[in-house]
Amino acid sequence: MRYLPKSDSDRHAMLAEVGVSSIDDLFSCIPAEYRLQRDLTVPRQMAESEIVQWFAERSRENAEGLTFMLGAGAYHHYRPIVIDALVQRGEFLTSYTPYQAEIAQGTLQAIFEFQTMICELTGMEVANASMYDASTAAIEAIMMAERVTGRSGAIVARSVHPEHREVIATYAKYQGVPVSEVNFIENGRVDVKALEEALAQSKVACVLIQSPNFFGTIEDVAAIADVTHKAGALLAVSITEAISLGIIKPPAEADIVTMEAQSFGVPLAFGGPYCGVMATREKFVRQMPGRLAGQAYDKQGRRGFVLTLATREQHIRREKATSNICTNQALVALMATIFMTVYGKIGLRELAKQNLAKAAYAAETSGKSAEVLFPGAPRFHEFVIRTKADPVEIREKLLKKKIVGGLPLAKYYPELGNASLWCATETTSRAAMDAAAEAIR
Amino acid sequence: MTTMSTVNAMTEKDLNRNVRKARQQVSQNEDLIFEKSSPGKAAWKLAPLDVPEVDSAALLGAIERTDLGNMPEVSEIEIIRHFTRLSTWNYAIDLGMYPLGSCTMKYNARVNEAVARLDGMANAHPYQPESISQGALRVMKILSDCLIEITGMDTITLQPAAGAHGEFTGLLLVRAYLESQGNPRKKVLIPDSAHGTNPATAATIGYQVQQVASNSSGMLDPAAIEAAMNEDVAAIMVTNPNTIGVFESDIAKIADIMHAKGGLLYMDGANMNALVGKARPGDFGVDVMHLNLHKTFSTPHGGGGPGSGPVACKKILEPFLPTPVVVERPDGSLTLNYDRPQSIGRVRAYYGNFGMFVRALAYILANGPDGLRQTTEDAVLNANYIRKGLDGYYDLHYTGQSMHEVVFSDKRQAKLGVKTMDIAKRLIDYGFHPFTTAFPLIVPGALMIEPTESESREELDLFIDAMRCIAKEVDESPEVVTDAPHNTRVSRMDETAAARKPVLRWTPS
Repeated sequence: MRYLPKSDSDRHAMLAEVGVSSIDDLFSCIPAEYRLQRDLTVPRQMAESEIVQWFAERSRENAEGLTFMLGAGAYHHYRPIVIDALVQRGEFLTSYTPYQAEIAQGTLQAIFEFQTMICELTGMEVANASMYDASTAAIEAIMMAERVTGRSGAIVARSVHPEHREVIATYAKYQGVPVSEVNFIENGRVDVKALEEALAQSKVACVLIQSPNFFGTIEDVAAIADVTHKAGALLAVSITEAISLGIIKPPAEADIVTMEAQSFGVPLAFGGPYCGVMATREKFVRQMPGRLAGQAYDKQGRRGFVLTLATREQHIRREKATSNICTNQALVALMATIFMTVYGKIGLRELAKQNLAKAAYAAETSGKSAEVLFPGAPRFHEFVIRTKADPVEIREKLLKKKIVGGLPLAKYYPELGNASLWCATETTSRAAMDAAAEAIR
Repeated sequence: MTTMSTVNAMTEKDLNRNVRKARQQVSQNEDLIFEKSSPGKAAWKLAPLDVPEVDSAALLGAIERTDLGNMPEVSEIEIIRHFTRLSTWNYAIDLGMYPLGSCTMKYNARVNEAVARLDGMANAHPYQPESISQGALRVMKILSDCLIEITGMDTITLQPAAGAHGEFTGLLLVRAYLESQGNPRKKVLIPDSAHGTNPATAATIGYQVQQVASNSSGMLDPAAIEAAMNEDVAAIMVTNPNTIGVFESDIAKIADIMHAKGGLLYMDGANMNALVGKARPGDFGVDVMHLNLHKTFSTPHGGGGPGSGPVACKKILEPFLPTPVVVERPDGSLTLNYDRPQSIGRVRAYYGNFGMFVRALAYILANGPDGLRQTTEDAVLNANYIRKGLDGYYDLHYTGQSMHEVVFSDKRQAKLGVKTMDIAKRLIDYGFHPFTTAFPLIVPGALMIEPTESESREELDLFIDAMRCIAKEVDESPEVVTDAPHNTRVSRMDETAAARKPVLRWTPS
């Protein structure tokens, strides 16, 4: 086996050194009836060339060279070449969690830079080293709000990503966290009045909204924060399209911001791995889950970085930890850090502006033959249309042109009828958008 | 005479006279990226817009953002140098042995990276129609089938994002199953040798944690478990081989004890790399377990993630698996089934860390049944070779037969004021990553060493030699060890000060 650095004579010599006559002697601790006496039924050992060919075939079965007008929490953006050039360096790729700070300063400094950039972009004071993804970050935000307020439960906007709400429901059900939902109004935004009433009825720990929300509509965060804070709850804002922060003011009124940083240079990869983000106010940091890198100095006064405030974490606190989370998404967070560095202060805004322009064009051209829902509130780069034809059929039609069309919404929002959710990014060509407009006619 | 002055009096040559694996070289300094930024530099260039420009102020009004604060402005070459310089400050498997016990730092094959980056894999959208997702679904199906066969279980979910997330999912399955039987029960039994995630996970699901003490050999004691087991106990979480690297030979008896009173046996699969191709948890009574694809199946640790924590289980738990599951249609095509009324629900968005599934499957295909077995055998052989090589130099707290890792204690060295962390730090000077320190908790001052199968005899000999030299240094000049590391860019950080007044982000001075 080509990954194993031993000859058979090495093995024999080592067995002799250990003092056993055969390798099976080292497995004699497993009761005989449970020792496997046959080969595993898995595919035979393949050459590297065969492995590449096998996956290339699967890749083709998946269709290649597509244009996406599909978002819904996972976005196709251009990934600068330097990202993969750098994250494939073995020192980043094949290192462990930076517990031994003296030989992990590279990872630690990169995390510190990630935390800083996330703070700059979200308007929060502290950010952790990353979470699994936005869906799990959202439920962690609710649990954190419970610890901070000493209250229980959350009100979640129905315009939060449906799968994120499903994840919240799973956690909530088994932890006895009461979760209710607040609906949206005609412009796609949260029904603030209904939220106010719901808050008056129950002393929840947290209100969770998403902005831009699942429909692409930007919420009135200030108004929602106002009613939430008056009721003594914390406001958590989830951002599933990180690029939006290039041109939309961050939800500075929030107490906790969670985010999906997939758009920052992370491949779509059929849904993961992505990069969840959590940021908050400094005063809440000790209730925050996940790893944190902090600045430190050695005896000689040299600046460096360490994982800090570990007393919140499971390997120290065990069942009293703030969360059972152990890993972060370090390598994916590194992709995001490099992406944020490439675009930086000016480029991120210009990139976001292109996305805004593309989606405005797509919505306008589609709007000529379909109803664009949720008028009257600003959007970023997604929009919902209601068509005469079944959105599934439209999708099939467009696939023939190698365009992946909008997501049919009937499964999640049956009351919207033949609605579908479309997206345009800097990678969506005018020709694709024109073809889409043609197909929905 | 202070210890510092002794070390200061030693020349670098003295300090490093026994160090064979590594030598010092020039290391580049590098500021934070923000400290290199200046207005007007850029590493980006957008293609010309092919649609009309928009007036963002008009579209967005008051919510338009015009200033991105202290985000950096640097050029491409500076980015390449910045992150390359940072990378050189990390130790990595690619540089040498990384014997972190329990973490399984094995070789991460580059073909895994290559196939994960194929267009149809890397650029597949999770919501693209199934008709153009057959390749991705096929990867998930075949990986599932392989993992089911390797574990001896009946079914699996790939959705959990990491090991702890897998524990969470697995215990939810237990809870949902017991609820369907009429009573979710109140407690989970956890051995005192367990990973910290086990009790943290049980608490997250609302179970009380009842710790069960290991016996004098560091092993599970069936009598103690029998005494603790009653109708209030939902499950026991067992790591097997356990965290001292020893196979729990009473595991089937423990399964019987649990099953007799309606409880289930959860196995933490962190150490599955000691069993692949040699024994299957499903055969020795395990009902549900998670796997760490980033340990046993070689997906890269990446400095702390991403992981992937599939959960395999027996038939009785299948109705409760998270939605969706991949199923095969009669025509052989694959589809995602969401119609699962008894499901615990979703544990994360989409289908899990698919990119890790691709890498893990590439690893399995590169090995085949013979390679997987040989891998396990080599991992166990390597750990036993180290055990033998360090016999007489370090104290073996428990003497049960080692599998893939061996756990010594610092008992001898501690008498001279040298602790496991000091030995670990000195090992850095010798060109190795440290072993895991101070875990498991049942071994005072633990040195937990897991070489994995990826080490040659030559590398193992260098490691054994380094550890022996350190043992000698402890006897002759302990301050060399307690002040270590000496050869790194930075020495030990003041972590107490860092935690007292945390600085968690850069701010302009």
